[in-house]
Amino acid sequence: MTIIENNPELMAEDRNDEENYEGAQTPLRRFLSDFCEARLAVFGFFIILVIALVAIMAPFIAPTDPYNLATVSILDSRLEPGEAMMSGTIAYLGTDGAGRDMVSAMIYGLRISLGVGIGSGIIAMLIGISFGLLSAYAGGKIDSVFMRIVDIQLSFPAILVALVLLVTLGKGVDKTIIALVVVQWAYYARTIRGTALVERRREYIESAVCLGLSKNRIMFRHLLPNCLAPMIVVGTMQIAHAISLEATLSFLGLGMPQTEPSLGRLISNGFEYILSGKYWISVYPGIALLITIVSINLVGDRLRDVLNPRLQK
Amino acid sequence: MDPNAQKQSIVTINQISKRFVKSLDLAGRIAQRFGADIREEIVYAVDKVSLEIQDGEVVGLVGESGCGKSTLGRVVAGVHEPSDGKVLFRGQEIDSLTGQDAQAAALKIQMIFQDPMSSLNPRMRVQDIIGEAPVVHGVVDSKDITNYVEEIMLRVGLDPSYARRYPHQFSGGQRQRIGIARALAVQPDFLVCDESVAALDVSIQAQVLNLFMRLREELNLTYLFISHDLGVVEHLSDRVVIMYLGRVVEIAPTSELFADPNHPYTQALLAEVPRLETRQRKFAPVKGEIPSPIDPPSGCHFHPRCPQASARCREEIPVLREIAQKRFSACHLNS
Amino acid sequence: MSFSDSPTLEVKDLKTYFFTKGGIARAVDGVSFSVGRGKVLGLVGESGSGKTVTGFSILGLVDEPGRVVSGEILYRGENLVSASMGRMRELRGLNISMIFQDPMMTLNPVLRIDTQMIEAIQAHEKISKDDARQRARDVLGQVGIASPDERLRAYPHQFSGGMRQRVAIAIALLNKPDLIVADEPTTALDVTIQGQILYEVQKLCSQTGTALIWITHDLSVVAGLADDICVMYAGRIVEQGSVNSVLDNPRHPYTHGLISSVPSRNRRGVPLAQIPGMAPSLLKLPKGCSFGPRCPQVTADCGIIPNISMLDKGRQLRCHNPLDALVSPKLKD
Repeated sequence: MTIIENNPELMAEDRNDEENYEGAQTPLRRFLSDFCEARLAVFGFFIILVIALVAIMAPFIAPTDPYNLATVSILDSRLEPGEAMMSGTIAYLGTDGAGRDMVSAMIYGLRISLGVGIGSGIIAMLIGISFGLLSAYAGGKIDSVFMRIVDIQLSFPAILVALVLLVTLGKGVDKTIIALVVVQWAYYARTIRGTALVERRREYIESAVCLGLSKNRIMFRHLLPNCLAPMIVVGTMQIAHAISLEATLSFLGLGMPQTEPSLGRLISNGFEYILSGKYWISVYPGIALLITIVSINLVGDRLRDVLNPRLQK
Repeated sequence: MDPNAQKQSIVTINQISKRFVKSLDLAGRIAQRFGADIREEIVYAVDKVSLEIQDGEVVGLVGESGCGKSTLGRVVAGVHEPSDGKVLFRGQEIDSLTGQDAQAAALKIQMIFQDPMSSLNPRMRVQDIIGEAPVVHGVVDSKDITNYVEEIMLRVGLDPSYARRYPHQFSGGQRQRIGIARALAVQPDFLVCDESVAALDVSIQAQVLNLFMRLREELNLTYLFISHDLGVVEHLSDRVVIMYLGRVVEIAPTSELFADPNHPYTQALLAEVPRLETRQRKFAPVKGEIPSPIDPPSGCHFHPRCPQASARCREEIPVLREIAQKRFSACHLNS
Repeated sequence: MSFSDSPTLEVKDLKTYFFTKGGIARAVDGVSFSVGRGKVLGLVGESGSGKTVTGFSILGLVDEPGRVVSGEILYRGENLVSASMGRMRELRGLNISMIFQDPMMTLNPVLRIDTQMIEAIQAHEKISKDDARQRARDVLGQVGIASPDERLRAYPHQFSGGMRQRVAIAIALLNKPDLIVADEPTTALDVTIQGQILYEVQKLCSQTGTALIWITHDLSVVAGLADDICVMYAGRIVEQGSVNSVLDNPRHPYTHGLISSVPSRNRRGVPLAQIPGMAPSLLKLPKGCSFGPRCPQVTADCGIIPNISMLDKGRQLRCHNPLDALVSPKLKD
């Protein structure tokens, strides 16, 4: 191959070939191998996976359907863990005040928590990214105005805004998601704007301008992929936050209707019975919520460390 | 300007100025209304620079921090808009062209950047980094792009089998080659090289400089070579332009400039450059600090540090004047 | 002014390795040199040569996953490798100082200059704040900073790059150290500022007898400043000797290649002499001489690591096939 012979620098580079290829090839694989170094985070990830599977498979694995008013009977109420219900099924974690089997209620409750948390997180992220990216790229007056809107939004306490919205909108999954999106989007917008402002000045963006690429192309094909790293971290933590926010709201009686209780509602339902010794109605849903949020936080923490540009070469 | 000369010039820089203004926000303006001593900060990066570059030339642009050479390079390449003045490509104002013509003209002037780490998009494969623009602009059909990228990679001395890798898998010198390939892919006539070898080791620097020279021969390119390294500039350039704090202070053919510098700043610069041959030298530095471009000195920018400054230098800005055949200098000592 | 003959610093067969999950990186692999009082040693090499790690090893600043594996670093006869952390802390800043490439590695951005300098003085000496401030002011004047009183009250961000580096150098000088290790301090600075700093440093060495190790990749700076030079490649010193003899008469092919690729050594318009290929990764060094794959003089002998051979007049060389003393060109005037 004469070209290789004519270029001595190519020949020497071949000799280093194995060294270059040995390290993980794509940025994704490098990231995964870094992430997996922390056992705790991997553990947390598996817990989330298990919870997610449970939530998705809810109709197949739950012993009963806690939302079917026809099968739920008040005569089953407040049974102790391990007792059998009227229908014969054993309530391994007891039943609540309305006669719902706790295991089924928790599985379905997790489903709502995860669904609402992740769903609202994703929608808020999409809105936030568009807003923040546009703001950073446009700069100037547009950026000022957009960021003032974000600041105003963020100066209100999340719970307050969500409360007011849900009182106005009423109950239901869709309304809960709307409320959570409204509360969260600004946080994403601000985060990505910060990263985008830094990345925008980099030479590879200048190069794209020099090459005559369109503004849209630069924004979405060049700028966005390099701003996503912090978004993943924020996203994970925000989902945990959304889940706990939803739990708080339904604990207060808003968001999901009484007939379709989420974990928060289950906890609040069980409050009146705690002192009389029927702990299982509040405690078990509480533990489920705790495990979910902690696992997400473990994963989020590890993501933050792995994706931190300062700790990279 | 001689109209004939203009026809041959590939790029004409005509009284370009570039100012960066950091304006006051609302709070600042209110404070100013109440009498606080805040002003907008204006950085006079480039101040009325004119230059003509002939087809096939290598013009070396030299200066220290704050001289505006990088900013000027970016204005020529189209990355920054000039505050005043125009850039002409083959006699035509780039701004006045529209649509297709503007696009075509802009592609003819490309830029090679300084930092091999941040000048490549870390999330794109080399294949896409090089191949994106030619496909977008229709230089090459998308079905031919793989072969096209291969050809270019070979031309710059990269192994084409590496096309599917990411920038972080390459060394600094190889990344610079990728940057060069990216610029060459849109078939430019004119390259602005902004400190393109500054971040490289000496032995790699030699390889990349040789590459530049080879490409110039093979592709008939013209270069505006921006550098602070006088040794590199001396080796590569036909003509040298010296800038200080936003203004051009001297222009001369390379050998003449190094043999007989006219402007006191050029003289100081050449005296300060360490040379391999000089041993145990007694350094005798230029006094004073390089002033900031936010608050430049009055008159001649160099007067606070110039050993030969006079009262006139403080008051009057010296004009860039032809002092000999093809030699220009902006110094009152010449008049 | 004549100084005593015993060297301020003697490094003997130093080895500093980094134990990474990708393998062992032999960053410094058997390095020996010495620096006398008032002398300047230029430690020259490209990236990955190990010159910076050598400097860090002397100061005891090598962190996990790296450590000094073997060898001796004798500062005035005392072995720093076996010194305790406490002893190193005593020495650093007082007897041995370091200047980094980035002055912000020395300067704390949230403290004023006078606070930082007074702190550096009082850490090693019982002295009043006013006296310390006076000394700080003197040293700032020594490095060529005008109106030092005003400058003392300023914060690092109010200075330009060149000024910051001069302040960092001033801090290194505060306690009149015997040895200064400077790691590429002027690489990022403009030529005229570099000239000022080199001037100050040169004055210092000749007046106070401070020994200086100047780490750089820039041969031209070393030519003008140093008395002796060590050329490093992939963790080993390949050639060392006095500046004049090494630069005028390089015997190692790498040194010769390095000098030849400097643009000012080549004729205009002619392609620069270049060394083909790239420096090897420290994790995958070639067998035998690390420079073998790129060497124009390589033979079968080079499959074994060359030992240090002593030539006359303090010249040392690691090469199986050194360039003939007569063949390599003398530098032009």
